[in-house]
Amino acid sequence: MKLSKNFTNPLAANNPVIVQILGICSALAVTVKLEPALVMGLSVTFVTAFSNLVMSLLRNGLPSRIRIIVQLVVIATLVIVVDQFLRAYMYDVSKQLSVYVGLIITNCIVMGRVEAFALGNKPWDSFVDGLANGLGYAFILVLVAFFRELFGSGTLFGFDVLARFGYTNNALMLFPPMALIIIGCIIWVHRSINKDLQEK
Amino acid sequence: MGLRKFVDKIKPTFSEGGKLSFLHSTFEGFETFLFVPNTTTSKGAHIRDCNDIKRVMITVVVALLPALLFGMYNIGYQAGIEGIWPAFWFGLLEMLPMIIVSYVVGLSIEFAFAQKRKHEINEGFLVTGLLIPMVMPVSVPLWIVALSTAFAVVIGKEVFGGTGMNVFNPALLARAFAFFAYTPQMSGEAVWYADAKTGATALEQLATTGGMEWSVLDAFIGLIPGSAGETSTAAILIGAAILLFTGVASWRIMLSVFVGGLAFGYLFDAVGLTTYPAYYHLLVGGFAFGAVFMATDPVTSAQTNCGKWIYGFMVGALAVLIRVINPAYPEGMMLSILFMNALAPLIDYFVVERNIARRKKLIKNVK
Repeated sequence: MKLSKNFTNPLAANNPVIVQILGICSALAVTVKLEPALVMGLSVTFVTAFSNLVMSLLRNGLPSRIRIIVQLVVIATLVIVVDQFLRAYMYDVSKQLSVYVGLIITNCIVMGRVEAFALGNKPWDSFVDGLANGLGYAFILVLVAFFRELFGSGTLFGFDVLARFGYTNNALMLFPPMALIIIGCIIWVHRSINKDLQEK
Repeated sequence: MGLRKFVDKIKPTFSEGGKLSFLHSTFEGFETFLFVPNTTTSKGAHIRDCNDIKRVMITVVVALLPALLFGMYNIGYQAGIEGIWPAFWFGLLEMLPMIIVSYVVGLSIEFAFAQKRKHEINEGFLVTGLLIPMVMPVSVPLWIVALSTAFAVVIGKEVFGGTGMNVFNPALLARAFAFFAYTPQMSGEAVWYADAKTGATALEQLATTGGMEWSVLDAFIGLIPGSAGETSTAAILIGAAILLFTGVASWRIMLSVFVGGLAFGYLFDAVGLTTYPAYYHLLVGGFAFGAVFMATDPVTSAQTNCGKWIYGFMVGALAVLIRVINPAYPEGMMLSILFMNALAPLIDYFVVERNIARRKKLIKNVK
């Protein structure tokens, strides 16, 4: 596959969240505000990109029987690096994200890309694939958080946007069910554009 | 039949190839509104009944009228207006904008979807559009009514494929949306009155003090604060009689909701969690309204006869459970019906499976 296609495909046509329906749990939990959603998206991007890179480098010398445990070690190490980094430099956001940074380990996208792509492709391709999938995830998170923060709190990145027009906050937007509905609506729009994705 | 001739004359304009063929669904909607369609189903096994969906929906609307008319009077009565007609007139002017907004918003979305998908326009919204204003507090801003209606029609109905395909009762979904999104405008003490008066509803009083300031007769007739549709158990019973007489609603569901509510009411009374008689539950709040008009929705309730008993009983029981146990929600009818809507297919599945297992056993015994 060509490198550019490799990069653009996970962003839209084969998006991990809205096409493969992976990583939904964190997409519901951290999208109340834009800032944590963005940080979460970038953290996952970092982990997918580098776990793909490391696993791709290891792939030829790795017995298939122990690959899962090696993947876990690599991913867990990267997640701990991210977690410590956030605690050191972005303490407030880290507090808001709470356990969800640690739970990146269980994010299906990370191990899914390692298993499905990195173990069978060259390091550079794998790195780009991980990067693109992470960004595809981050894009959906930011999109959901944009609507939830705008209509739920009337703000964007904490700046007052709608409240000055006398907007009444929609509290349902702050509840997780609404995140699911918004993701559903994004899938709806996405599939009506990409007709080949529609089930018969 | 001048009208029939006129409709036939303009029909080609809206049919395929006609000038206004993109408005095909709209035309058909109005034609079947005016005349019973004379087309018959050509193949497959179908239930033969002269009642089409339009007449069924109209029957429900007629059944809703007593509760609606009384609700209008009650709005005026609660606002302290003397005399029957002035109070009714006051309530009518309060309710009419909500009804118009709900119908205009809901029907435009339904028409738009039907046109886009080249479906016929279904009449389900005739009932939903009237139910929505009847379960909202009278002082709720019109834009909340519009937004909730739009949410219920798009997310509750059209995404599943339109009338007859929805999982949840759209009118209750609209209320749930408004309730969770705009809690201050939807609950509390001030929202139930059209004027500046405030006061706890009967349900809130029962939940906090264990008694209510109104007599049982007042609660039965409906002279208590609340949403327009829900206060009068008497008017709702008239509606129930219409629904049962015409066979539109299932008597199994209606009866089992009341049985479930009473059973749990007496249970909580017996263990000392409540200090008021169990039948109060049936008179105050939205219990009777939900049991008669919402739980019996043929689309979202259980379909099997045995399933209907279970479904109805659980609706009533859960409603009382939420009312008594959960201090955050003095009213539990909305949540319990929505919850059981979600479980209804599961109940049906187990009823059907059990029936299959039973019949398999019969075959074995014969062999």
